[in-house]
Amino acid sequence: MIVDVKDRQLLEAFQQGLAISPRPYADLGNRLGLSENEVIERLDRLKQAGLIKRLGVIVRHRKLGYRANAMVVWDIPDEQAREFGRRISSFEFVTLCYRRPRHGAGWPYNLYCMIHGKNRETVLEQLSVLEQACKLSGFKREILFSRRCFKQRGAIYQNAAPLIQPALANG
Amino acid sequence: MDEIDCKIINILQNGFPVCAAPYRQAAAQLGLTEQELIARLKALLDSGALTRFGPLYNAERMGGALTLAAVKAPEDRFDEIAGIINSFPEAAHNYARSHELNMWFVLATETPGQILQTITAIEQQTGLTVYNMPKIKEYFVNLKLEA
Repeated sequence: MIVDVKDRQLLEAFQQGLAISPRPYADLGNRLGLSENEVIERLDRLKQAGLIKRLGVIVRHRKLGYRANAMVVWDIPDEQAREFGRRISSFEFVTLCYRRPRHGAGWPYNLYCMIHGKNRETVLEQLSVLEQACKLSGFKREILFSRRCFKQRGAIYQNAAPLIQPALANG
Repeated sequence: MDEIDCKIINILQNGFPVCAAPYRQAAAQLGLTEQELIARLKALLDSGALTRFGPLYNAERMGGALTLAAVKAPEDRFDEIAGIINSFPEAAHNYARSHELNMWFVLATETPGQILQTITAIEQQTGLTVYNMPKIKEYFVNLKLEA
């Protein structure tokens, strides 16, 4: 799809958040010189094109009591990575699941998942459920719990170019 | 946070209407009035339980790029290295993790080429090797945390 200048301006203004008022899309339009209808039409189009991935509440997981976050990595034969990725990602407590490149003998892992839990014990229990159900126990694996969060920012917008929302890619 | 707040968070993580009076529509789904929903969302934002109320964009579809990267930061230089990495506007998240690769961060840039430029700059400023772990494939998950 073609993203025109007005779309970009709209995406820029929108990423700061939707106004919590009865006619929020009209408010957004007022700031940009667009009618409420035009805002709604454009946002619908941007959603359908997949540029807007989600819309709604973006939670701060630590505030909801999710204090333990584990990145679990496995060394899975390449030809099986897809099947294991699909199985792992079907579990409700898995918040992210990716295949990534290995880095030599020191980092042979190619399948990553993130589990957010209220504490480490819960996360480890969930992991053990996951490993049993997916028959993952034979593969080399490591658990990297987060110790500190140095930086977590929301959306960024630079130089009137693309907009990026890193989501929970790491945390 | 009470039960109603939890319900609001759980339901509105799944989506929000794009229509003239979206709070009225969402409130009806939640069994609340529009005014109640608005008041509660404002309170949840003020308390910091919600980071934002709005959209999440797809970086790649926007033409931008994302990667996950890690370094092995020596313990005695840990804070210095964190400071250098966090000073890059491209660094979105940065977490200390329990491993020899002990610092994991997400880089988000406007173009794919800038990822490598940023990695090179971080390597120059820290003197460390940056392990670049871009995604090869993302497996769909229902990105939602029960409140």
